Amino acid sequence: MNEFFAQLVASLPSNLRILVEAPIFNVQLILDGLLIGAIFALAAYGMALVWGVMKIINIAQGEFVMLGGYVAVIFAQNGIHPLLAVPVSGAVLFLVGWLLYRAVIFRIVEEDLFVSILATFGISILLQQLMNQVFGGDVQIADAGLGTRFLFSGFVTVSDVKLVSFVLALALGGVLVAFLRNSRLGQSIRATAQNARAARVLGIDTGRVYAATYGLNAAICGSAGALVAMAYTIHPYIGLPYTVRSFMIVVVAGLGNLAGVIAAGIGLGAAENMAGFLLGAQYQLAFVFGLLVVVLLWRNWRLKRKRQYLK
Amino acid sequence: MKLGNYDMDKRLAGYAAIIVIGLAAPWLFPGYKAQMTELWLFIVFALAWDHTGGQMGYNSFGNVVFMGVGMYVCALTQVGLFYSIADYTAARGGGTIFIFDVPDFLLGLALGLPAAAIAAAVVAAVLGSAVLGMRGQYFAICTLGLGIAAGEIAAGWEWIGAGSGMTTPNPPDGLGDINRFLYFLSAALAVATFLTLRWIYTTRLALAINAVRDDEDKAEAMGLPTTRIKVMAWTVSAIFLGMAGGLYGNLKKFIDPVDIAFSGATVGVWMVLMAILGGKGTLWGPVIGAVIFQITKEFFWTYLLGWQRVALGLLIVVIVVFFPQGIMGWVRARYPERFGHRVEPAAGAKGEGARP
Repeated sequence: MNEFFAQLVASLPSNLRILVEAPIFNVQLILDGLLIGAIFALAAYGMALVWGVMKIINIAQGEFVMLGGYVAVIFAQNGIHPLLAVPVSGAVLFLVGWLLYRAVIFRIVEEDLFVSILATFGISILLQQLMNQVFGGDVQIADAGLGTRFLFSGFVTVSDVKLVSFVLALALGGVLVAFLRNSRLGQSIRATAQNARAARVLGIDTGRVYAATYGLNAAICGSAGALVAMAYTIHPYIGLPYTVRSFMIVVVAGLGNLAGVIAAGIGLGAAENMAGFLLGAQYQLAFVFGLLVVVLLWRNWRLKRKRQYLK
Repeated sequence: MKLGNYDMDKRLAGYAAIIVIGLAAPWLFPGYKAQMTELWLFIVFALAWDHTGGQMGYNSFGNVVFMGVGMYVCALTQVGLFYSIADYTAARGGGTIFIFDVPDFLLGLALGLPAAAIAAAVVAAVLGSAVLGMRGQYFAICTLGLGIAAGEIAAGWEWIGAGSGMTTPNPPDGLGDINRFLYFLSAALAVATFLTLRWIYTTRLALAINAVRDDEDKAEAMGLPTTRIKVMAWTVSAIFLGMAGGLYGNLKKFIDPVDIAFSGATVGVWMVLMAILGGKGTLWGPVIGAVIFQITKEFFWTYLLGWQRVALGLLIVVIVVFFPQGIMGWVRARYPERFGHRVEPAAGAKGEGARP
């Protein structure tokens, strides 16, 4: 039996063999995935917010992450600690989101979803190219100057900055949820999500609520982006994968399902890391976009089954 | 009757003028042959996108998949007929020189373009039967994912050159001006696409396609095989996209998997934009949109050094947000009588009610 197992392992492709023979690598991969998964979840929660309240699928989601990252990069380049950029990029991006709403988005809130997808796609291309023009296409990082920690007698390494970003991402999510539950603005956002017309009748300025929602979403993504720039890398074209991840997480978890969003985000992070290791890093993005197709097909299949069941 | 004949004459004169200008253009504007070739191909892209996007209501961001597949299949056929593809992509400009003489090149294109069409059609049929069950925004984002996933896969595939791409065969000297050659091929393809779609839009298939756009559930309830119709329509556009992709690759001379072949964020959006700019769901709309877009794009590229892509992003937002009905839609709302709509005075005064 043991011999059979050994043969089986030997016949595996080398990447997979490492995972079987040195299980500690799984821990490393999953841990890395878990740490970045919290950031995915944060961006996804913002997307769900905009989707739920404004009925807009915001393709520029990833670009807000990217912009936030550049705020952190500017901080680091000027000798300010990038951790301070987390709140600042949130504030800057809130402004960006608010302005975008007042300039463009308010015209498409009432339109059908495809118009919103195409318009925000245009915004996303605009922001990408703008940042490419201003900062160049190179990969950048905001060095936080934190150390690395070794676990399991050195087999698993975790950089402190990733841990910090994980904790901060969860904390930001918590603050956001508390804000939506308790504050006056949060309550009007939730009321507008439930029924915009009724909210308007009851005296809520839905235009202001939409602007705040869009700005809030941009702010969350901006802070997440600052974390990404510290713990990982950013470049102008990083946005679309983040958008697609957010979309996927929202589709899997559903709108307004916080626990689901966190679980799906962390799961996606882990799955992506495993896939990147097994298929090779050059296929990691192909995996993300392929997974999107699979997730949507799965959703469609489930809906179809339900429809037949109801019949 | 008289009026009809007069309209017919005018229409024929219009077509004749377009053909004359099209034939004379390479000599009239010798410096812009590549751009004009690109324009003909963009017309094909826009028309093919509109066939499913405008007429059927399935807005795809993933039509670049068919373009990219066509591009690669055509180039691989052109090379593979005479040399080993692995050697060709491995050489990558240095070392061995691969020579294609005139018959080689012509044979390569003559076999490569049909192969591209077939490959794209097969991909469309397979992907379509899986993906076309989705509705609205899910379809749009799924196709966006398909386009980018295809690019990432091509960028990892060593046999076709992986991330460093693949050059198309060097055109032989005996062929004369290669850009003029490609210009006429592209123009012929665009005209063929236009005429085919014009014919399709007179058949029952077009009615079925429009029924899917207007209310898919009702169409299905009335007994239309909606899935088959959708897959068929997507396959038809893929055939043209595939061939246009094959020519586009030869025009660009170099196939980059992410930036040229499966360029979801450039050509993939541009084809949507061209159709919207001209007017979705009309025959002439995509053609007009492609012409205006290509002129604008080249203008940006010439005068906005470095900032052209930023300006183009801005243009997308402006068109989608402020001008979603497109030129044909605007004309139709303005002069509904010319489109055969009878206008009630009250409805006509508002400029509404003219839309079918």
